Amino acid sequence: MDTSSYEHIINPRKKLLDLDLKGLWQYRDLYVMYIKRDIVTYYKQTIFGPLWYVIQPILTTVMYMFVFGGLAKIPTDGIPQPLFYMAGITLWNYFSQTFTACSNVFANNASVFGKVYFPRLVVPLASCSSNLIRLVIQFVLFMAIYIYYVVAEGLSFSMTVAFLLCPLVVIVTGLMAMAAGLFFSSWTVKYRDLQYVVQFGVQLVMYATPVIYPLSFAPESYRWLMNLNPLTPLFEMFKYGCLGVGTFSMGSIVYSLGFTLVMLFVAVLVFNRTEQNFMDTV
Amino acid sequence: MRKDIAIEFENVGKQYRLGRIGTGTLAHDLNRWIKTTILGKEDPYLMVGEVNDRAVKGNSDYIWALKDISFKIEQGDVVGVIGSNGAGKSTLLKLLSHITTPSVGRIGVNGRIASLLEVGTGFHPEMTARENIFMNGSIMGMTRHEITSKLDEIVEFAGVERYLDTPVKRFSSGMTVRLGFAVAAFLEPEILVVDEVLAVGDAEFQKKALGKMQDISRGDGRTVLFVSHNMASIKNLCKSGILLKNGMIDYIGTAEDCVDRYIGSTDTETSSNVVFGPKDHMPWVAREMEFLEMRILNDPNAIATDEDLDFVLRVRRNAPIAKSCCYSVFFLDTEERAIVQYVTEMMDVPADRDEYEVRLHVKDHHLTKGAYIVKIEMGVKDFAMGITNYDQIDHAMAIEVKHITSAEKKEYSFWQRSWGGYVSHYHNGITAEIC
Repeated sequence: MDTSSYEHIINPRKKLLDLDLKGLWQYRDLYVMYIKRDIVTYYKQTIFGPLWYVIQPILTTVMYMFVFGGLAKIPTDGIPQPLFYMAGITLWNYFSQTFTACSNVFANNASVFGKVYFPRLVVPLASCSSNLIRLVIQFVLFMAIYIYYVVAEGLSFSMTVAFLLCPLVVIVTGLMAMAAGLFFSSWTVKYRDLQYVVQFGVQLVMYATPVIYPLSFAPESYRWLMNLNPLTPLFEMFKYGCLGVGTFSMGSIVYSLGFTLVMLFVAVLVFNRTEQNFMDTV
Repeated sequence: MRKDIAIEFENVGKQYRLGRIGTGTLAHDLNRWIKTTILGKEDPYLMVGEVNDRAVKGNSDYIWALKDISFKIEQGDVVGVIGSNGAGKSTLLKLLSHITTPSVGRIGVNGRIASLLEVGTGFHPEMTARENIFMNGSIMGMTRHEITSKLDEIVEFAGVERYLDTPVKRFSSGMTVRLGFAVAAFLEPEILVVDEVLAVGDAEFQKKALGKMQDISRGDGRTVLFVSHNMASIKNLCKSGILLKNGMIDYIGTAEDCVDRYIGSTDTETSSNVVFGPKDHMPWVAREMEFLEMRILNDPNAIATDEDLDFVLRVRRNAPIAKSCCYSVFFLDTEERAIVQYVTEMMDVPADRDEYEVRLHVKDHHLTKGAYIVKIEMGVKDFAMGITNYDQIDHAMAIEVKHITSAEKKEYSFWQRSWGGYVSHYHNGITAEIC
């Protein structure tokens, strides 16, 4: 075959780095449609509609206040419990929802993927973005409660310059969720066992991450272990940016960032490899 | 860049693993990985030389769904892909539309491909028709701008103006299909891949869809690949055809020839002796009596118009209630339209044995050149009720009429099945007198 006479050549195996970024750009409208679909279908045929985006974190916060604050008496670094939990839940929801969505991307979209070709990366990117919109809504709720505390309860406003780093923290968290999700997606599609591992694994990871407790609560001798979790510095930094309390070092931030980038790179390569033949194993 | 060839397959093969994913798969995967990646050997599971026949049990867990597929399709050609179930048609389309990749070989493509492997892909039941048009369109590769500019046409074609802002879960299944087809029909790809979309929808819509397909295939040199079991629409729409059999190319030629060849080869291989299996009988017959075997005493591949036909049916009585019976033979065209029926008198079933043979002698069939399907029935004839069937086999065998007279073995050069003719009375039934 004279390969130069064809626009596309379909080969048994793509080259490792053949990511088809151009194709991805061509499908940007589809990316927007997927975001819209995620957002709109979430509250279709509900009475409260978009309110569900805020009801869930509020109820979770109340429950945490009762269990972890009230019963277990876990300290919150001197921050009012609702604020502390809300900050953790907001970022954690973003991570866990993006991760779960990305790790099931093949299984959940098999019917579409089995019929039409488009760059599959569109779908995880869209989940990442639609969850970002949820995060923003929940963050607005968090700010509202914050302002209430400052005005009515006389809490000193302790948002520092580090707040400016919060968007960066959010982006890194999103990328890490996506990277981990993509990495698993390539395996969950073939070995369904991993779907269950992902389901409860993400719950376990929450307890290994300073979401409902501050890192300062952990004994000094265990902190290095906690810091091996690349999410730990991100959550501590997020809380530091918003509430002015958090335990992290520059080194741990660089570690998180590096970990995320390497993982993302590997995950995208693995994903790219999987997408060409996954229909045969799904 | 040569623009005249739209698609080229070069020695393409696709292998699948049979059975379930589970115990053993991981072991196979590891074995494969060690052999190919670490030791640099050949894939131990890619066996060469096995033919994929779903009816025959192979000795490997891996099968070739497609094997040694090579062909070229010119720009603007409308190609019908036919073959029995499991022949590899869908796999071929999947490879072409990039849903999965071949195990070996290469595929070259010129132009944007859109596939209609199933209409309404990506429809979300909770979203409105309008939202779904945009969703579905973008999945197919249209830009937002393109969809907006064609929205009115799409809505009109689908006939859903009133329901544009209703969630599609409230739609009837026919309406959903209309909507899906409408979006797809207004795509403007250079290569269109269509798989059995016309099988759904009401008669009016099918006609509309077929018309649209014709427009697409006639206009501006678009290349179309069309998979269908409806031989009439293949003949109608397609110029050329590819006949697949057991994952390999059996024949490439005009659509006409492909269809005839396919019909000729279905189940029976135009063999003169057919033994029926449990799946050949129509599911609704009670089979108080059952067809076991059928033979034709003529050469089924070279029948002459003036030739008498002789069939032998071996039948078995399963229930004592069957005391007498009539036998009938039908000839159908390749689009399964019945042309002519022959029914015998009611005859007594032999009392002394349950299995016996019946010889049917058909005189003056007058069928013109072409391929025909033979359908057989037996049952109780009743002028009030019609015939109550003991057994019925719709595709009993295939025959091909080739010659005008059996004496001369002349090939027809005029008046054949593909021109729309069914019967021919050559030197027969007509006399002329010069006065």
